[in-house]
Amino acid sequence: MTGKERIARRIAREFKDGFYVNLGIGLPTMIAGYIPVGIDVMFQSENGMLGVGGPPTAEQEDPDLINAGKQTVTEIPGCSFFGSEESFAMIRGGHMDMSILGAMQVDEKGNLANWTIPGKMVKGMGGAMDLVAGARRVIVAMEHQTKDGGSRILKQCTLPLTGQSVVHDIVTELCWIHVTPEGLVLTEVADGMDAAEVQARTEARLIVSPELRVMTVDVEG
Amino acid sequence: MNKVVSSADEAVADIVSGSRIMLGGFGLCGIPENLIAALVRRGITGLHTISNNMGVDGFGMGLMLEAGMIASHVGSYVGENRRLEQLVLKGELDLTLIPQGTLAERIRAGGAGIPAFYVPTGLGTVVAEDKETRKIGDRNYVLEQALHADVALVKAWKGDRLGNLVYRKTARNFNPAMATAADLTIAEVEELVEPGELDPDHIVTPGIYVNRILVGKKYLKPIESKFIKAGGAA
Repeated sequence: MTGKERIARRIAREFKDGFYVNLGIGLPTMIAGYIPVGIDVMFQSENGMLGVGGPPTAEQEDPDLINAGKQTVTEIPGCSFFGSEESFAMIRGGHMDMSILGAMQVDEKGNLANWTIPGKMVKGMGGAMDLVAGARRVIVAMEHQTKDGGSRILKQCTLPLTGQSVVHDIVTELCWIHVTPEGLVLTEVADGMDAAEVQARTEARLIVSPELRVMTVDVEG
Repeated sequence: MNKVVSSADEAVADIVSGSRIMLGGFGLCGIPENLIAALVRRGITGLHTISNNMGVDGFGMGLMLEAGMIASHVGSYVGENRRLEQLVLKGELDLTLIPQGTLAERIRAGGAGIPAFYVPTGLGTVVAEDKETRKIGDRNYVLEQALHADVALVKAWKGDRLGNLVYRKTARNFNPAMATAADLTIAEVEELVEPGELDPDHIVTPGIYVNRILVGKKYLKPIESKFIKAGGAA
């Protein structure tokens, strides 16, 4: 099991029946593949769709039916389409149970940076700033460290922010971290890891929860 | 009443250099392909564009960029256009990136006669710099201004000669909001039908917002990111 798959499987266990969820581009999109049996989740895509299904077959492929990552998708029965202004009204208006997105940096205050590297990358924030400002619960799903071993979970973000104190939880292949007013609380560690090992790979100070447990990545069914 | 024009070229014939133009679409989905091609043929310059994206290298608004027609752009994501990134890093194009939902609402407000509004989006980020903020209840908000354009170019699925429009799936995106927010709205459609054929309960853009309508000659509809289910049959 890859690190990304562990992250996707763990987050999928958080879904409750009837949730409306927006999945960010990249790793978060993988989560849709691990929804527990008996749980109905409606995925929203901010380009204007509720009830996003999986990828199409070559015959089903339709250029008028894409997700926010511009990938072709399918419809699930009961899906609906709407304009961008309504899509973000439902996001900003607090109707999304969960927004799961990637990050470049997160810090002890729950600040998130995931949209730009000044002087190097000109892409844009897309819908990320609206999602983190509007969703009821914001979960960051990302690999724990950068490719060269640097920490992504910092005392303070150094890149321009996507949102200020917006992150509720951080999930990596190594652990689950809950953001609280007191700081980052380590609540789960991956099988074979311990709190000291996770802290050694993290710049931010972690408060070890008295109920620290092993991260479960099994998906029923 | 008949708003039908015979071609995209005729529809854009009086658009002048320096205009502020909204273009519908999300990525390459639901973009006014035929109107963009006509604008490129017309060869006007110094345009101030408002669109969520900037096409890709070689298609959609990427063609306008390559023809040197765009002076400034307001959008939310331009990551699929390397040429734009180079122009911006060199300081040759004035790019303003704003959150996608704020972009959509600024356009909606522009069409609805609302000059400004407060949102929580972007608080504590560069987006809120130099903007008024205000505490309402227990939360802080940023004041955002409405957007309005000289011209809106939108793409719908079907329309009638009165300008009523319906859209197809996620090709709707920014098109209906933009149709409301310009002095001149031009809609291109895949199929023109008789008034009364569109179910009045299903019309998304009522004709009052549309000034000109035309049937697009050809739709390439390229797919930006091919993503097919492994293993073939459904």
